[in-house]
Amino acid sequence: VKVAIGVNGRQVEAEVEDRLLLVHFVREVAGLTATNIGCDTTSCGACTVLLDGESVKSCTVLAAQADGCEVTTCEGLTGSDGRWHAVQRGFHAEHGVQCGFCTPGMIMAAVSLLAENPDPTVAQVRAGLEGNICRCTGYHNIVRAVLAAARDGRLPGGGSPAGAADPAEEPA
Amino acid sequence: MIPAPFTYRRARTVEEAVDLAAEAGDEGKFLAGGHSLLPLMKLRFAVPEVLIDIGRLAELSRHHDLEHSALLAAELPLLARAAGAVGDPQVRHRGTIGGSLVHADAASDLPAVGLALDATLVARGPSGSREIAMTDFFRGLFETALEPGELLTEIRIRRPAERGWSFQKFTKRAIDWAIVGVAVQGGRVALVNMDSVPARAGGVERALAAGDGPAAAAAHAAEGTSPVSDINASAAYREHLARVLTARALAEAASRN
Repeated sequence: VKVAIGVNGRQVEAEVEDRLLLVHFVREVAGLTATNIGCDTTSCGACTVLLDGESVKSCTVLAAQADGCEVTTCEGLTGSDGRWHAVQRGFHAEHGVQCGFCTPGMIMAAVSLLAENPDPTVAQVRAGLEGNICRCTGYHNIVRAVLAAARDGRLPGGGSPAGAADPAEEPA
Repeated sequence: MIPAPFTYRRARTVEEAVDLAAEAGDEGKFLAGGHSLLPLMKLRFAVPEVLIDIGRLAELSRHHDLEHSALLAAELPLLARAAGAVGDPQVRHRGTIGGSLVHADAASDLPAVGLALDATLVARGPSGSREIAMTDFFRGLFETALEPGELLTEIRIRRPAERGWSFQKFTKRAIDWAIVGVAVQGGRVALVNMDSVPARAGGVERALAAGDGPAAAAAHAAEGTSPVSDINASAAYREHLARVLTARALAEAASRN
């Protein structure tokens, strides 16, 4: 099947197998390897990317299903000026990283969470990241990192999370 | 893991989806959010030759949509609450209520909710549309009353006369399937993962109708069920959980009347 998928603002067109998974499209066709393949069973969240602004597990989406859509990976968060996204800064500042394997998925899940809820409580951060597993069990610093990003995103000039939406505009 | 080869077709309308399914015959399968089907295809438990993608149809409701619907929060809080308890945010961004019902996994939350809400389903096939009562829908393990080529197009739910509701789900981790779950709306009680099919708890409903209180009625929760024993729980433990969760659910529902 022929697909055209926007990846971090770049249009990637390719003739791919109908059964190609989006995560393989991102890694092998678009050549972006921040997105990791962990469990491959929709459990661990390591392969989380944004599909039209919402977090999805790219091991459980076909590339064909994403045809015509916009995918954002961890590489796509950094501005063209090299400035990190608020969530990337939060993970750096709070050391929300141990081995790092879950980190790109955690960051993308956090970006999606903050887009829907820019000012989450600790409990809301934990619930919002329930689909992402850190096998180093470094959850405390990850939660701190997301809360720091939420604070950072609200500061003037702090760079609001990508695709942040007014919660009042949530579709009914 | 990568699914076995198949041909991907995308439907732009319900009519086109039904036509594509008729063309594909027994080898076709509808793909909505894909969060039940694609994992099964990776494991070769499902090997359709043609996938008909209905994921772009405006008629679909994702769990995320239901979870955040102001209308449902006001009118059918049981459905909004249960939809928000499915999987995790990423799964809820893709999975749909229609997909969950037709997948007919007894361990899924929304089939039991559909039973507790006494929904009516509308299916469209090559020869037209027909209604199917929720109580007639689940026929066996992962088996429904849908004929080959029929597409679920509507889920009709009346505003409940009895407003009391509760949804209880016992899991090891937040993202897991229910080890046991209970959905209550008024006097209707349905169980998650207590049999090979999603089912109403008839003994509990009869006890409630006869005037029993929550605790006495809940003692009947495991009657007529045949839960599995697996790595998560023995059948006896599931029966115990069904009684405990039903008692909690009935008490909570009574407090909301």
